[in-house]
Amino acid sequence: MAANLATTAHKSFVRIDRLTKRFGDVAAVDNVSLDIEQGEIFALLGSSGCGKSTLLRMLAGFETPSEGNISLEGESVIGMPPHQRPMNMMFQSYALFPHLTVWENIAFGLKRDGMPRAQIAARVEEMLNMVQLKRYAKRKPHQLSGGQQQRVALARCLAKQPKLLLLDEPLGALDRKLREQTQFELVSIIKSVGVTCVLVTHDQEEAMTMADRIAVMSEGRFIQVGKPHEIYETPNSRFVADFIGKVNLFDGVLAIDEPDHCAIDTPEGRFYVAHGITGTIGMDVSVALRPEKIGLQTEAPTDTSSNAFRGTVVDSGYYGSFSVYRVELAGGRKIQVAITHAERHVELYRRGDALWVTCSAQSLVVLIS
Amino acid sequence: MSTATTLIDKMVDRWGRRLVIGTPYLYLILVFSIPFFVVLKLSVSTSNDGIRFEDLTTFNDWVFNLTASFQKYRFLLQDDLYLNTYGSSLKFATINTLICLFIGYPFAYFMARSPVSMRPVLLMLVSLPFWTSYLLRVYAWRGLLDDSGTVNSLLIWLGAIDEPIKMMHTAFSMTVGMVYTYLPFMILPLYANLVKMDGRLIEAANDLGAGPMRAFWLVTVPLSKNGIIAGSMLVFIPSVGEYVIPELLGGPETLMIGRVLWDEFFANNDWAMASAVAVTMVILILFPLALFNKYQTAAVGRGTA
Repeated sequence: MAANLATTAHKSFVRIDRLTKRFGDVAAVDNVSLDIEQGEIFALLGSSGCGKSTLLRMLAGFETPSEGNISLEGESVIGMPPHQRPMNMMFQSYALFPHLTVWENIAFGLKRDGMPRAQIAARVEEMLNMVQLKRYAKRKPHQLSGGQQQRVALARCLAKQPKLLLLDEPLGALDRKLREQTQFELVSIIKSVGVTCVLVTHDQEEAMTMADRIAVMSEGRFIQVGKPHEIYETPNSRFVADFIGKVNLFDGVLAIDEPDHCAIDTPEGRFYVAHGITGTIGMDVSVALRPEKIGLQTEAPTDTSSNAFRGTVVDSGYYGSFSVYRVELAGGRKIQVAITHAERHVELYRRGDALWVTCSAQSLVVLIS
Repeated sequence: MSTATTLIDKMVDRWGRRLVIGTPYLYLILVFSIPFFVVLKLSVSTSNDGIRFEDLTTFNDWVFNLTASFQKYRFLLQDDLYLNTYGSSLKFATINTLICLFIGYPFAYFMARSPVSMRPVLLMLVSLPFWTSYLLRVYAWRGLLDDSGTVNSLLIWLGAIDEPIKMMHTAFSMTVGMVYTYLPFMILPLYANLVKMDGRLIEAANDLGAGPMRAFWLVTVPLSKNGIIAGSMLVFIPSVGEYVIPELLGGPETLMIGRVLWDEFFANNDWAMASAVAVTMVILILFPLALFNKYQTAAVGRGTA
């Protein structure tokens, strides 16, 4: 038994294999493969129309794949109708049954399984306690706030102890303030239950804070799959660098390429980067630089290991915990810089201030595609 | 200057609002309340020839007299004819409503689930019969169902039967005519209700383990309750008092209250009796329905429906 568990844990829990879905001539999901581990929260991130929802609906069984396979614990679920799949979905804007009470909504799936009455009552009770809605059991969905409705939807999904939990834009219907609080709650509930989870979102913050791993999608394909910090700090393409967070991109050509470092010549000057790319000298590449990895100083830097450029402040915005500057470099290129206020007394720059822009070789990433 | 304008604005606003709200009430008073009270008055009046009535109220020597006679109502309750006819009217109206519901629901459901581009065409097909006269369409059924009508001729020609089947002037022909006539009134409110339904609710039911049939009974049907009620009312209420269809397509066993009313008015010239029959019908049928409607609105208001 233990050996059996070990092997299943090693094998991928959910396997998506060369999956394609075409609507007419358009491939909404285009030859996508992915392994999801047991207990993982996996986010499909992309803008609308990138195919993430279609992929989720294929997992739930609402769409039939044109090609490819989906398997759960090594067994294909293709051809299995939604009501037989051991997975439950939390719909965007929740799709709670308006004619049923909170209690009846949560019990709906359990009744379909033919669970004995007493057991249903106990399970619903447990779910209501988990989402702290016991007092609202007799209410109808429209008598609840958005956050409460979201918790009912979650309880309804988890009541059946699904092997896979699917979340479609789980925080999309909530206002900003509630989102931050809810996303931590949601993750802690999912983790405490231990259910494997696939969520779909267009909101990168939602994906980064909630997921263990993210797939960035565009035009039906995965552009990059990785842990949130990998995707943020080591984007594999201009698309991902630009899509996740803010970035300054410099186009240039490869001048030096060694295993542990390289240099890129751009119109703004030469950038030294602390990693090699195994490319050919003279090829077109881009350098990605995040706003928060840039330093500003009035004195010329003495440390020659850093990249340094002259610039002039064009715009500034004070946010309390940090400031955002737009700085025009010598060549006329404007970049964004974010300076964290680590202490109460910090030097604030003004429009027209001439200063030095610095960034270490470790803070830069070279992008080939 | 500005206060004067705001005052005028307020007046316009207030009277404009009264006008807008008042118009439908005025219409209801003119076309419903006044005629109803005229009928009510006739039903309790006394007359020698059935048409000319004595005044209900007299005002002599500062004494106000009200003379109302409930003799017609007593007669109505004593004679089996009236009670049986009320019963048969309710029966045929119920049958008609149920058949319309069973045909109309799948029809409306199909329409609501069809591609958006198809819907105007389907809606037009449903309302197409309204483009010709109702009377003509009912007459057309006679041509179809007669002993020498299209259906019988066809069946004989095919050799399925030797003798024509008696269809005209039976409960069958009347029911066919009623269902045919009232079906659009069932389909349209049901369609309006079903087309608004959020498809994700059905998907949610599927996702939670309900197969397509279960999801239909547990989610679609309860959520279309208001459409079912609206459609059934629109079919049931006019069906009860239907006169033309029983007259043209019905037979001796399909006596309905509309027919009795007509006879009292025009054959027996007993307007008081006819009025009593009409008033009783309103009380018997419309009051419970109105109460039900009110309960339903209250339930919607409380969010329990």
